[in-house]
Amino acid sequence: MTGRENIIIDIEHVSKSFGGNQVLKDISLYIRKGEFVTLLGPSGCGKTTLLRLLAGFLQPDEGKIMMEWEGKGGKADFRDVAGIPPHLRPLNTVFQRYALFPHLDVYDNIAFGLKLKGVPKDEIETRVKKVLKLVSMSDYEDRDVDSLSGGQQQRVAIARAIINQPKVLLLDEPLAALDLKMRQDMQIELKEMHQKLGITFIYVTHDQGEALTLSDTIVVMNEGKIQQIGTPTDIYNEPVNSFVADFIGESNILNGTMIRDREVNFIGHDFPCVDEGFGENVPVDVVIRPEDVVIGVSIDGAQFTGKVKSCAFKGVHYEMYVDTDSGNELQIQDYDAYEPGTAVEMKINPDDIQVMRKERTENVLECEIIDENHIEMLGEEFECSSIPSGADGPAKAHIKFSKVDLWDHVEDGVTTGEVWFILYKGDHYHLTVKTESGEFIYVDTDDIWDKGDLVGVSIQPGDIIVEAGNGQEK
Amino acid sequence: MKKFFAQAYLWILLILLYAPIAFIAIYSFTEAKAFGSWTGFSGKLYTNLLTGNITGGHGLVQAIENTLLIALISASVSMILGTVSAIGIFHLRGRKRKTLQFLNSIPMINPDVITGVSLFLLFVFLGFSQGYMTVILAHITFCTPYVVLSVLPRLGQLNPNIYEAALDLGATPSQALWKVLVPQLRPGMLTGFILAFTMSLDDFAVTFFTRGTIGLETLSTFIYADARRGGLTPELRPLMTLIFIIILVVLGLINTRQGKADQQNHINL
Repeated sequence: MTGRENIIIDIEHVSKSFGGNQVLKDISLYIRKGEFVTLLGPSGCGKTTLLRLLAGFLQPDEGKIMMEWEGKGGKADFRDVAGIPPHLRPLNTVFQRYALFPHLDVYDNIAFGLKLKGVPKDEIETRVKKVLKLVSMSDYEDRDVDSLSGGQQQRVAIARAIINQPKVLLLDEPLAALDLKMRQDMQIELKEMHQKLGITFIYVTHDQGEALTLSDTIVVMNEGKIQQIGTPTDIYNEPVNSFVADFIGESNILNGTMIRDREVNFIGHDFPCVDEGFGENVPVDVVIRPEDVVIGVSIDGAQFTGKVKSCAFKGVHYEMYVDTDSGNELQIQDYDAYEPGTAVEMKINPDDIQVMRKERTENVLECEIIDENHIEMLGEEFECSSIPSGADGPAKAHIKFSKVDLWDHVEDGVTTGEVWFILYKGDHYHLTVKTESGEFIYVDTDDIWDKGDLVGVSIQPGDIIVEAGNGQEK
Repeated sequence: MKKFFAQAYLWILLILLYAPIAFIAIYSFTEAKAFGSWTGFSGKLYTNLLTGNITGGHGLVQAIENTLLIALISASVSMILGTVSAIGIFHLRGRKRKTLQFLNSIPMINPDVITGVSLFLLFVFLGFSQGYMTVILAHITFCTPYVVLSVLPRLGQLNPNIYEAALDLGATPSQALWKVLVPQLRPGMLTGFILAFTMSLDDFAVTFFTRGTIGLETLSTFIYADARRGGLTPELRPLMTLIFIIILVVLGLINTRQGKADQQNHINL
């Protein structure tokens, strides 16, 4: 990345909560002039909130947002936009469901902003004509907006925003309501429009394909935090954690151990790799893209063997699931098909192994010691048999991922949770469960759950390791 | 046979409902002073009414003027107040919104007599001299909830982003209100206005308690007093007939327009 020159928006340590629920946690991000930046993440990750903070519909609780501002005499300076209402900010928004004004026709919708500014009538007319041409909607001036198709409405919404010549265009999932074909066409057009206009686009989406196609820079967000910022190729080839790896493209995410520099163990084998500086015998996550596994009946330098479990044609390549000799399952893509049941040999080039530090190796939860065998945690009372004698007050509870029990019937658990995120790790699932108290607990399990399942959560008294915290550190 | 009874039941009901109005309409075309005697067909009562040439009936014309003026002012004020309140209520969340919607419905359910007496006591307590002003204030009080009720559903149908879109395009909050929200809410506001107007038009109890002693008469209080003085002024018969017909026509117009709008929405879907 080049340095911090040409910055148009600088977001510094911004946090935002709604009714005790923290949606954005200490977000820092800068955006360069003319860039196409995509905020990418699953629903509820805070990306739309961040966009609304930029537009001025919301104010940050903490931190500040700086924007380049046209000062007197055309000299640009930088200012904190806190308290500046939306109508005075030098940016325009394309809303998710278009938000066209139904009582105005196409022309009046597009001219809305210019009329408010008191631009002369004939200038409005030439400018409306120009943007209509840009969005390929000439001859639609007099149409009722309700009579237009979704794609056409979207074009009008874009025209209505860009006619005001904003420095930054905010787009909130603008293509989400369109069908696939239309979406692909509009993606190309948006990219062309961005090049033609030369202004900054900030684009919000949950569609990773869209983000990879359109962006100069992708900002991957999850649970109110920025996970990774980078170019599409960086993010695809070098995801920094298992969330990013899973969210962008298809991937095998596996538990591994970094034996020493340039050597990693996973699926029961040692592999040479290019990563250094993790230390020795450190648990790590390993990401292997399905297209990076070299597969064949007999190959040179095979590293491990397996048996094809299933094979499906995907248009250009075949997608296979292979059971390895160590009992892991790998997703593999190849141009050649191997029938289910075929014994195969495989290898992975050192360059194609992406090693990531584990974000966590166990659950560490804030708790409160009630008496010698009870603690309060996740807003409920848990039985616990390992409390150091004499300890009381706030403490920390350590729980192994595999020691958290989930139940179909929520009544069977001490507390309830919702399956928030699922990661398949080759031989087990790593779940993120959002509990009723709003905290997250991570679970390793062999059972199959679906995203959104309501589950009962319980933990055996012996599996909670309490570390007395003296209430000093947070 | 069963069908016959069902039909007969319906017709008897309709006749009972509409006979009194029909009688008034029929007897508006005769000159007899006493209601119920027929002295031959004549349109004289109508000419009297329209030219204002009513025997001892200066009060009637005055009452009609008062009624229309009060209805117009209170319906207009209610329309503005109600719309603003509806927008406010709509943007509240959860408990607060439910509570306010409940509070809004109380004045509609509350018996008029109680509304009238309580307002009367309030005005006395505040030392207001009762007259036009107090009647209009009272009418605004009980009309506003109807406007709120007719604007709220329109708000629910709006794209929640259009107000923000207007702000985003450079409109100040009040410009966004006038140029975007109000045009969208207009049908609801109009329905609310008509409801408020008719509620004000035929109110008796509340007006009776809040009009004070300055001799302010609206149509309803005038008719009440007139009937007790010894028989209705004959010109009231054509007046009521006309009001009934006007309402019928307005209702018919609204219904056909609504029908057309629904049909159009249907096609667009």
